[in-house]
Amino acid sequence: MPRRSRGVMAPPASFLWTRRIVLTLLALFALIPVYVMISSSLKPLQDVTSTFRWIPAPLTLAPYHDIWYTVPLARYFLNSLIVSTSAAVASVVVAIFAAYAVSRYGFRGKRVFTSAVLATQMFPGILFALPLFLIFVNIGNATGIPLYGSRGGLIITYLTFSLPFAIWMLTSYFESVPKALDEAALVDGCGPVRALFRVVIPAALPGIIAVTIYAFMTAWGEVLFASVMTTNATRTLAVGLADYSTENNVYWNQIMAASLVVSVPVVTGFLLMQRYLVSGLTSGAVK
Amino acid sequence: MTVGIRRDAPPAGSDAGRGRTPASQTRAGRLLRRIRKGGPPYLFLLPALLLELLVHFIPMAFGILISFKQLTLFFIRNWTGAPWAGWANYRVALNFHEAVGSALLHSFLVTCSFTVLAVGLSWLFGTTAAILTQDTFRGRGTLRTIFLTPFALPVYASVIIWSFMFQYNNGLVNELLHNVLGITSRPSFWLIGHNSFFALVIISIWRNWPFAFLCVMAGLQGIPRDLYEASAIDGASIWQQIRKITMPSLRSVNQVLILVLFLWTFNDFTTPFVLFGTSAPSPADVISIHIYNASFINWNFGEGSAMSVLMLIFLLLVTAAYLIGTSRRRNNA
Repeated sequence: MPRRSRGVMAPPASFLWTRRIVLTLLALFALIPVYVMISSSLKPLQDVTSTFRWIPAPLTLAPYHDIWYTVPLARYFLNSLIVSTSAAVASVVVAIFAAYAVSRYGFRGKRVFTSAVLATQMFPGILFALPLFLIFVNIGNATGIPLYGSRGGLIITYLTFSLPFAIWMLTSYFESVPKALDEAALVDGCGPVRALFRVVIPAALPGIIAVTIYAFMTAWGEVLFASVMTTNATRTLAVGLADYSTENNVYWNQIMAASLVVSVPVVTGFLLMQRYLVSGLTSGAVK
Repeated sequence: MTVGIRRDAPPAGSDAGRGRTPASQTRAGRLLRRIRKGGPPYLFLLPALLLELLVHFIPMAFGILISFKQLTLFFIRNWTGAPWAGWANYRVALNFHEAVGSALLHSFLVTCSFTVLAVGLSWLFGTTAAILTQDTFRGRGTLRTIFLTPFALPVYASVIIWSFMFQYNNGLVNELLHNVLGITSRPSFWLIGHNSFFALVIISIWRNWPFAFLCVMAGLQGIPRDLYEASAIDGASIWQQIRKITMPSLRSVNQVLILVLFLWTFNDFTTPFVLFGTSAPSPADVISIHIYNASFINWNFGEGSAMSVLMLIFLLLVTAAYLIGTSRRRNNA
């Protein structure tokens, strides 16, 4: 990231103070919920059911032990992991081919394709949740392939959710790979598929990893389809976390501990790839 | 560069030869040869296209079809047997004098105010933060990471944390407003009654402003540095620079950013669903949860679909008007 400053002069004090105050407030706004999550996850149950206290007085790690027994969290975790990983990988593989076509070929219907794919972002999920549910049930009845209630159905659904963004980002990454490189490979007798795998993909690898992580995050956090399409056996974290609130008790400390545990994979991934995400957005924006 | 790539490639005849001889008899082999010949790029697009059709376009067409059917729980296993309803579902949804229609209108208006407030403030927070972190200073990298954290957390986890913070007895918000700052004379209920609307807005902003920050930050990197240097030599203050250089340069980023934020917020299902379950309080009864209840709780899929179609039409009209409006302004500028 290039270092830049706005001008040759140092900014005036009024600006510096505005900056300090505003940025501090925004940082507090961003961090307080994270602090609440961490500190409450270390409190015993009676401390999270009474008045909120900023500093957890007796610290306990018990919630991190109990979360696995109150609720079948491990099973939900595994389901989420399988579904999100498969969806992310499949989505990026499909998007790589589509983005390659969009960035390297001129063809009829290109604009229609790209705008139709982006337009799917506009559809309210609620509009196709029910029809998709009915379609999956009917495909299941007709062919015996269990899409409803299975991880497979959820994987197919989630992979299309991240597909538009993946195609869009990868197209911009691929366009930043000089065309001369894969043309040279084509001249050497490679087919377009080999050129893609030998030249374009290695050059755009950071972007591909960033998009994979983004696709994983999308699947990891989805709730609507997870609540419509899963059964007890295939329930994912997005729905399963609600199980900590029973009629008798809301285990807030365990909920916070579980929230932290389910956040770790995606937050880590996101922080690792944020640099690439910014550069991808930049090239998209500049174009 | 080219030489390096050639060296990476395997010796001729190993990989390429394998594909050519025995496989050419099979269908996969013929397909492969067609791709090799630089055939149409449609093959590359085919998987994406099929999946989009299966999950987005066919269900949507199907949803439109259902909106003309009298599809209740009774017909769910045999939806083709459901009688046609003509425009009845739409008439019920749009009859604002009856219960269903007036509830939908109320929900629509709630969603509009929710969207305007949440998008406006998310954009403002994100833009402010991005502009203020444009220069390098100590701690800038850490701040960026802090700002992006809310966006990285899974949405449902964020909403659960906030719902804990909004609890009446043991929540942080009441503790902060009532006991620490003394702003309110007694603790307030945040998840029922009028406050539930603001709870929803706050969570939505918390979740989305980092995205605005990310996009604007990316947009700022495209502004040539000499513009600032030249204007500084001409004596422009930093505030003038922000107003005259930074903001106009962000126009194209903002055009996309605001549209995306608008669509996300308007369609947001996760936040109200995790926060309120299926019984959203009336002041926070946003349209996605309203339609979900009409479909899955009242088991009236025909009406639910009709409402979703109306919502989609509204979104299409707003998006088209927005794109035409903003593009024209950009061309005139």
